[in-house]
Amino acid sequence: MGAQEPVAAEETSAWAPETFTLGNGMQVVVIPDHRVPVVTHMVWYKVGSADEPPRKSGIAHFLEHLMFKGTKKIPPGEMSKIVARNGGQDNAFTNYDYTAYFQRVALDRLPLVMSLEADRMTGLVLTDDVVYPERDVVLEERRTRTDNNPDSILSEQMSAALFKAHPYGKPVIGWENEIRSLTTQDALDFYHRHYAPNNAILIVAGDITAAQLRPLAEQFYGSIPPVDLTPRVRAKEPPEVASIHIDLRDARVQQASFRRSYLAPSYSTAKPGMAEALDVLTQVLGVGSTSRFYRALVVNQALAASAGSWYAGDGLDYGRVGLYASPRAGQTLEHIEKAMDDVIADVLENGVTAQEVERAKSNLIADAVYARDNQQSLAQAYGSGLTTGESVEDVTTFPDKVAAVTLDQVNAAAMLVLGQPGSVTGYLLPESVTQ
Amino acid sequence: MKFGRTMVVVAAFALNLAACDQQQDQSEISDEDVQGTAEMTQAIEEMAPDQMALLQDKRVLDDFAKTLDSEKTTHIQRVISPGGIEAWLVEEHAVPLIAVEVGFSGGARRDPEGKEGLAYLMSGLLDEGAGDLDAEAFQTRLEDLSIRLSFDAGLDGFYGSLRMLKEKRDDGFDLLRLALTKPRFDAEPVERIRSQILVRLKRDMTSPRTIAQRTWFEEEFGDHVYARPVRGTPETLPGITADDLRGFLGRALARNNLKISVVGDISAEVLGPLLDQTFGALPAKAAPENIPQAHIPVEGRLIVVERSQPQSIVFFGGPGILLDDPDFFPAFVMNYILGGGGFSSRLMEEVREKRGLAYGVSTSFNPYDYAGVFFGSVATENERIAKSLSVIKEEIARMRDGGVTDKELQDAKTYLTGSFPLRFDSNARIANQLVGYQMTGRGIDYIDTRNDKIEAVTRDDIARVAARLLNPDDLTFVVVGEPKGLEPDILKNAP
Repeated sequence: MGAQEPVAAEETSAWAPETFTLGNGMQVVVIPDHRVPVVTHMVWYKVGSADEPPRKSGIAHFLEHLMFKGTKKIPPGEMSKIVARNGGQDNAFTNYDYTAYFQRVALDRLPLVMSLEADRMTGLVLTDDVVYPERDVVLEERRTRTDNNPDSILSEQMSAALFKAHPYGKPVIGWENEIRSLTTQDALDFYHRHYAPNNAILIVAGDITAAQLRPLAEQFYGSIPPVDLTPRVRAKEPPEVASIHIDLRDARVQQASFRRSYLAPSYSTAKPGMAEALDVLTQVLGVGSTSRFYRALVVNQALAASAGSWYAGDGLDYGRVGLYASPRAGQTLEHIEKAMDDVIADVLENGVTAQEVERAKSNLIADAVYARDNQQSLAQAYGSGLTTGESVEDVTTFPDKVAAVTLDQVNAAAMLVLGQPGSVTGYLLPESVTQ
Repeated sequence: MKFGRTMVVVAAFALNLAACDQQQDQSEISDEDVQGTAEMTQAIEEMAPDQMALLQDKRVLDDFAKTLDSEKTTHIQRVISPGGIEAWLVEEHAVPLIAVEVGFSGGARRDPEGKEGLAYLMSGLLDEGAGDLDAEAFQTRLEDLSIRLSFDAGLDGFYGSLRMLKEKRDDGFDLLRLALTKPRFDAEPVERIRSQILVRLKRDMTSPRTIAQRTWFEEEFGDHVYARPVRGTPETLPGITADDLRGFLGRALARNNLKISVVGDISAEVLGPLLDQTFGALPAKAAPENIPQAHIPVEGRLIVVERSQPQSIVFFGGPGILLDDPDFFPAFVMNYILGGGGFSSRLMEEVREKRGLAYGVSTSFNPYDYAGVFFGSVATENERIAKSLSVIKEEIARMRDGGVTDKELQDAKTYLTGSFPLRFDSNARIANQLVGYQMTGRGIDYIDTRNDKIEAVTRDDIARVAARLLNPDDLTFVVVGEPKGLEPDILKNAP
């Protein structure tokens, strides 16, 4: 079966974003989608858990919760209710490098949500009586996401092992003992240091043009003064020289699983073409049932029920490549790991094939076209790109850059990441010794 | 990966979603997301005073208001093929994509006793070899054409989902035809997918939420087919054969229980003949079903499943309401105010905002075809879970006895009607909505009349349905964890 012509970016003008910058340094991105009179309004701050001070892990995410606690003009908890009364939905999320707030509303309610979001960029009011119950909420969130779930505990441990110096080794939600000691003042200090128009990006996706949005953006965000920002300089990782193995045994585990993480460059730190090559490589190795890992472990050797790989390239400082597999009944994780290593050794020695590369490329490019069906997916792609060192053009031209990836680049990417002497391997195991 | 197709493992990297995970859609599981157009009648001037205080220069707003175009509507066409097969179509040429959703009524509830998991196993196998293409060839063809095809089984329906770039339209429909009408069920993929489901079952048993839900379904649905697990059990899955799969295919997937929606860059003229080519070879009639109404015990119980973990996960439920009940819309609006409305709900206010007892708490009415159920969930550390449960019960009793205020009702209506268009902002979302409406017997005009039904709900209606449907003593609570201060009626150990 021959691979298809990549579905390259045809008339990008119909959907590609426009961007401009306000006088106070706030970048604005408009992603047009005129199918229905609905918009997604997002403000992304270039601050996340990797920007937290020592011993204050979790403060970025805790502050994100507290941003719903009101301003001089809006009482605690009211903002979400105002949005809901206007037929809108709102939420927020925090990651290593960014914190984002969004509302989905009918187009005619856009000025309202802009006014609310601009108001809390500098007007947040926090008192202990709303802060400390919310800290309990965050602790419950941590229990739900992590402590109740051995899978998540293993992820947390593997990250801590992979990043020895860099703050990506801390969980975004924070270590429990540190969350418990976060204070109102910690949140306010973090807020005043990082929440400002020159550290934020406004993204509006939907039934809107730049010409329509510009006066609104000027009105609501343009008058907020910028602040002096400190550069985002984080500790560098030492070279990965050792293979680290982590066993997590837990009585709650019924199904063992295998995982491995490698340090990798990210889209903003990689040499030109390398990050795209890593996306192609992990697609060839481990996405879909024609991939190398799936064919070898799941189909041909019938050792595993699932097997695959991924590349997370949206980090300001580092990316990572991950492998995973779940054994079928009666198979050990050692067998699984050996079989995964055999696939990797084969790729490092013989490379992947041109046909595999072409198929992976056309699927990655198709993903970018499919993403255009959803204004939130597009806004998400631009927001995470722009807060981690990429430009609007970098994100828009992603399909062209994938189309330009060569077989040699993919094989070089394999050597660069999978050929490293160091990685972190995790085994999730039931408590009993036999699997 | 930059766009789309996020995997579970990647999500671990971007772990922390925040604020509220109680997405509003959860409250409307049944009233599946839909809508045509928004009538954007309320002008900016009608904003409440507290909101106007934030708006400074009115001229900018006036200029913006002049640019608004309220004429956009989602136009649904009923397409009947030359052979008599019906589909609902929304033509949308702005994005070069086509989304197709198909649903067959009667999903896992058709599994024979002792063969639980049959429909679900079949859903994993239709794209693993069909016609002359074995599993590898079929999957390779999908990938070469960048076509996304998948199937799923629920209690009341068997679903197929097809996404393709418009230039792959005919290939996409042809692969769907092969999958639905000529699946091979070869030995290798059958064993492989079976092993995947067995592994999945073990993983599910690591999830306290799944344990709580399974326990509730088994205890409350008793002998009814709804008590059976959609994904089967480690005991039933090994016994399912290729002949079972072929038999199920012939009984469960037919033209008379098929619903189709198509959204995207395709015209009615092109779609008509494609419907016959794709679905014409299905049997005319599915095997009849004889499913009784399920009766959920009225007497509520407290079931504790002991499991070593710091937080108790609770799933609770009791008798609810069917979709065709005249009181469905009042119940739906009431639930928004009680526990469906995210931060706007009473439960969120009392449990999370005032007391910091949980990250999320929510309730919903789920109308299955043969049972109406009221569900809820919460998670609180073991030491404080008893408090969460007492607050939830008090709030349910308060709603039963006192109904809602005018303001609560008005706020619920503006949210529920105003947010309806948000469900129609992508081809994929619209296709999902439209197949859901057809599966639940709603008419093609539903999106034009749905908001009127919400507007018509009165405080008296809500008082009536609250008194009829809500009683904390009727609810069965399943608590998974090591809860303190509870006196369970039934005590179990986690698997």
